[in-house]
Amino acid sequence: MMGLSTPPAVRVWEHQLILYRRIWASNVVVSIVRPLLYVLGMGLGVGGLVDDGPRADEVLDGLTYFQFFAPAMIATTAMMVLVNDSLWPIRGGFLWNRTFFSQAASPISPGEIVGGVALWHLTKGLLSSVGVAVVLALFPSTRTWGLIPAVGVGALTGVAFAAPLTTWAAWRETDLSFPNINRFVIVPMFLFSGAFYPISQLPTWLQWFSRITPVWHGVELCRGAVYGGLSLGDVVVHVVYLLAWAGVGWVLARKVFADRLGN
Amino acid sequence: MSGSEGTAVITAKALTKRFGDFEAVKGTDFEVRAGEAFGFLGPNGAGKSSTMRMIGAVSPVTSGELRIFGLDPADDGRKIRARLGVVPQQDELDEFLTVKDNLVIYGRYFDIPLKACREKAMELLEFVQLADRADSKVQPLSGGMKRRVTIARSLMSDPEILLLDEPTTGLDPQARHVLWDRLYRLKQQGVTLVLTTHYMDEAEQLCDRLVVMDQGEIAAEGSPAELIRTHSPREVLELRFPAGTNAEHAPKVEGVGARQEVLPDRILIYADDGEAALSEVHRRQAVPESALVRRSTLEDVFLRLTGRTLVE
Repeated sequence: MMGLSTPPAVRVWEHQLILYRRIWASNVVVSIVRPLLYVLGMGLGVGGLVDDGPRADEVLDGLTYFQFFAPAMIATTAMMVLVNDSLWPIRGGFLWNRTFFSQAASPISPGEIVGGVALWHLTKGLLSSVGVAVVLALFPSTRTWGLIPAVGVGALTGVAFAAPLTTWAAWRETDLSFPNINRFVIVPMFLFSGAFYPISQLPTWLQWFSRITPVWHGVELCRGAVYGGLSLGDVVVHVVYLLAWAGVGWVLARKVFADRLGN
Repeated sequence: MSGSEGTAVITAKALTKRFGDFEAVKGTDFEVRAGEAFGFLGPNGAGKSSTMRMIGAVSPVTSGELRIFGLDPADDGRKIRARLGVVPQQDELDEFLTVKDNLVIYGRYFDIPLKACREKAMELLEFVQLADRADSKVQPLSGGMKRRVTIARSLMSDPEILLLDEPTTGLDPQARHVLWDRLYRLKQQGVTLVLTTHYMDEAEQLCDRLVVMDQGEIAAEGSPAELIRTHSPREVLELRFPAGTNAEHAPKVEGVGARQEVLPDRILIYADDGEAALSEVHRRQAVPESALVRRSTLEDVFLRLTGRTLVE
């Protein structure tokens, strides 16, 4: 393998991979057990109530509650995982272990460091989405080939959060805002994401909140991927919307990283 | 190995660094030659770290000219960084990884193949006498050990120039001596050392040549011995009077030496013959609580040039 050069962003990604090697076993267990508990608890528990309700068929498009809820977990899990991977770890890279400064002192440029971080986030998004997809494949009512594209959608949803939050974490001087981002931004998005019920159940103004959040677009895509029923136009809009968040986030992150590492 | 015949590997002309309104480096000129150990001596805030970050091709030059290996960091930053080893002021190690993995992943930043990284890491851990800690996590290591890991890490890419920012700040005396010994060996192997320090003993121990920096400017340049010879009489008489009586005693001993400095805790009298100066002090019946005659050091040079001490 001598003489073969590895792209700089991949070399940054390798650092994360070495770190992950030490925690992957527990991580895999968590990424399967957590969705399993959610799917069983919500799907069977709440599902038992909803499926016998008077408007079940009309509201859920003919799906059982379990079927309705389960695919959404792919998008919401990726979101949760990557929110945590892009706040404190990014701050740590500037402040605690200062890994980004070490990388910037090597031939790697700040933009390539951001590229490596993005690759890693994509990897984590894929891994967490695979975990949920494996759980869904266990149940005949959610087992479709659509789980495969849904994994990609999950990863895309995750990076739509990771990219802007990486910028935020790199830009802020303190981490005081981080818990509040979780409490007041991520948790409401999760609740109004259309994962637990169709957003048509919400008042109009809250429906607009749902439509602005990237996670609703991910949830819609995942459900559409597993059961069909989305028009091509819908798919394009959802994908472009998620790509826009990721793309704008990474462009800004490149700027902030360059300023911080090369002042 | 004075390096005086070596070719210049770093040259700076009117080198300036500004952060907003603050001018951290104010038009400095210096030259580092291949194979020498070159130091920036000065207190905190003198502009040493800013200078190092510019040499490290991470911090852009505001104005003036800087060449490293004849290359301009504005155009060839990546090429320059590939040939430098950097020991930053803070250790920047990944505490969740083992000592060895810290080295291996750093080698990967330089695109060294994984297998070569593993071999090199063990070789360098031998060199810094930490081979037995290769598989230990970084976290429990002492400050001196972490510093040695950082130095080993900086050598992964076989750098031609090693940049050391405050290499021994915060270490105990024994750890410092171990470190100095390793750095001295590197210099013998032909690695050019560029270091910043606010310890005059470190500068005297390690540097062939140094510049004294203060408030962004270079106050003097030369070998430690030259600087002392040029800027300070041979000996210093240190007088300690009862607390708070320095001002009252200062006029009494005025003129005993070539020059005197009144510090908060003592009066320094610079003279070629310290013992003779002490006799004169006694003759004038200014009896100190204690008196000490010593050789002039870089600390005295700094005091002479700036009117301030290096370490407050």
